[in-house]
Amino acid sequence: MADLKLRNVGKTYGGKVEVLKGIDMDISKGELIVFVGPSGCGKSTLLRMIAGLEKITAGTLEIDGMVMNDVPPSQRGIAMVFQSYALYPHMTVYDNMAFALKIAKKSKSEIDKAVRRAADILQLTDYLDRLPKALSGGQRQRVAIGRAIVRDPKVYLFDEPLSNLDAALRVATRIQIAELKEAMPESTMIYVTHDQVEAMTLADKIVVLADKGIAQMGSPLDLYERPDNEFVAQFIGSPAMNLIPGEIVKTGKMTEIDLAHEGHAVADVETQAAEKGWAVNAGVRPEDLRIAGAGDTVLVDGTVDYIEALGEVTILYFKAEHGRDPLIAKLPGIHDDLRGQTVQLTADPSKVQIFHEGKSLRTR
Amino acid sequence: MDNIAGTKSSLTWAVNISVIALALLWIMPTLGLFISSFRTADQIATSGWWKALFPSEQNLVLRADDPEGNRVERAGVYVVEGQLFEAGHSAEISAWGISSREISAYVPGETADLGDGETLTVQADGAYVWTGNADQLSGRGQRIFVTATTPPEFTTANYNRVLFSGSTTDGMANAFFNTLTVTIPATIIPIAIAAFAAYALAWMDFPGRGLLIAAIVGLLVVPLQLALIPLLKFHLGIGIGKGYLGTWMAHTGFGLPLAVYLLRNYMVGLPRDIIENAKVDGATDFQIFTRIILPLSFPALASFAIFQFLWTWNDLLVAKVFLIDATGETTVMTNQIVELLGTRGGNWEILATAAFVSIAVPLIVFFSMQRYLVRGLLAGSVK
Repeated sequence: MADLKLRNVGKTYGGKVEVLKGIDMDISKGELIVFVGPSGCGKSTLLRMIAGLEKITAGTLEIDGMVMNDVPPSQRGIAMVFQSYALYPHMTVYDNMAFALKIAKKSKSEIDKAVRRAADILQLTDYLDRLPKALSGGQRQRVAIGRAIVRDPKVYLFDEPLSNLDAALRVATRIQIAELKEAMPESTMIYVTHDQVEAMTLADKIVVLADKGIAQMGSPLDLYERPDNEFVAQFIGSPAMNLIPGEIVKTGKMTEIDLAHEGHAVADVETQAAEKGWAVNAGVRPEDLRIAGAGDTVLVDGTVDYIEALGEVTILYFKAEHGRDPLIAKLPGIHDDLRGQTVQLTADPSKVQIFHEGKSLRTR
Repeated sequence: MDNIAGTKSSLTWAVNISVIALALLWIMPTLGLFISSFRTADQIATSGWWKALFPSEQNLVLRADDPEGNRVERAGVYVVEGQLFEAGHSAEISAWGISSREISAYVPGETADLGDGETLTVQADGAYVWTGNADQLSGRGQRIFVTATTPPEFTTANYNRVLFSGSTTDGMANAFFNTLTVTIPATIIPIAIAAFAAYALAWMDFPGRGLLIAAIVGLLVVPLQLALIPLLKFHLGIGIGKGYLGTWMAHTGFGLPLAVYLLRNYMVGLPRDIIENAKVDGATDFQIFTRIILPLSFPALASFAIFQFLWTWNDLLVAKVFLIDATGETTVMTNQIVELLGTRGGNWEILATAAFVSIAVPLIVFFSMQRYLVRGLLAGSVK
């Protein structure tokens, strides 16, 4: 229910170690934003700065037009769900959810109404009298979410809420969070995760954090199809995007690249005549590679070193040459006869990215 | 080969034996004290406490009933008949005598000739017949030395004497309540202070926190003897003098460093997320402390409470310096036992009873709280 505005926000520990700098971000009411990034990129720190648990050492944070830098966490209108659930172990589920309202000196009936409503949403009504230790991991996480709902905050902050759950529960709880978001379209949610699937499925907008700043911010599919730079290109998607060094040999509406290992790539990226001869990386996702037919440009011509047959897809690993990462292709269906064979692969020009000095030429 | 790896070590027997040895080492003296406190001085003198459940052989000096009023004339001779043992006591006599030089001159049923026709017959169950003329059977009753086997017997007389007699030299009742008066506040006050301090040192950010923690660790190794004289002078100087208030303050001061240190280490191990969540929920530091930290720290608080209780209960030095004055009105149990050792050095039954009275409360406290003791210690160290 609130707009968030971050202006040039930075974080320095002890005046020396800089972990974040120059973060600019606008989050509008009702959006679900996901922060992703490699470990140690500062995504949790940024969330904790928004929550008020870490001091903001540079820039300003505004919630609903009010500068919140020095406002204590409880008055920022936020609620946070921790990775470890952080339930109060000595209180029942009911008391856990009622705690914030009791501190705020709300009336008994008001507290009861809010707790029962949240328990109803999260199917916790039968467990209200239990202690956290008598609950399963998924139920505990639901209590943690219920505790946030009860406070009716402007902004929900989720700090890797699903990473302590097993795979099946993670999917179930993820869907529950998505439903929760639909049920409360007014609420702004910020969600930190290192799990791409969570990021892609939940987010209205993903913020990729790397190297103390924002690498790219955009809708999930935008990040997938039009990555700004090599980092985002390789971070989003699994297996990671192949980057093949080469040189621009033909410019214009369609750009042609001679690849270092004797393949040839065509991309529908517009380039200027002056850029001919630039050393670039051609980026192509494993799932965009397909077996070349007659007349297709051959992008990869190599021997399959190893295959992983997963049934629905087959992952081919090509011989690594010149100390580079091995090329990876992901073909639909079963191809377990390809090991040791020489295979020609091609890709659609619209799926090929060109990176010059780490930056995409497609999105410049 | 299955004893090489895995959980079952081939040294299990060594562990078991050590545990049994330690348990015996602890139980034996306690049990001895406990049993001795229910025995009479004679029993303690003639046999060890481990024989208390078996009949014991004793040499007793008994007297026949005084002839006056008890003698009856039967065919020209006077006779006194009776029973050597008091009603309710039974014993079996194996030998008896009438002179201290020959205490086992006769066997039961034999008749002793006391000269000039005076005779005495003693049966194994203590029944006797004493005959003689009017002159011989007069004055006091005849002394009889017996060697008797008496069945096991326990008495609560020692406890009566130590606890309820009101005697100032033997009595422990007054000292018992004085000890309680010292111990209970001296346990509660340091915990109350230390819990607040530990929370601040663990979870509140303020300048000089690290130095304070280091100072507390430093204070852990300061011997309390160092402070006795200056503190007493200080107490006298500010007018508290010797008394309970000064003792509580001294125990509090000496107990605080360890209390703060233990509780801080425990509290620092509580999950940070819980405390941050409470902050987001709007709780103040005081509310976090009372509603979250205190309930979660109960094992640590209990384990320190046990420690502090036990060692203020057993304390002699601080009480001697800060509490006990010339009147002796405020003596504590440890001091009372020391004095009993002086005045009653030979009366083991009194000493054993007094000692057991003083260890009974710590035993009760320990056994009722020991699960917290173990849990609190573990929880602080193995997190």
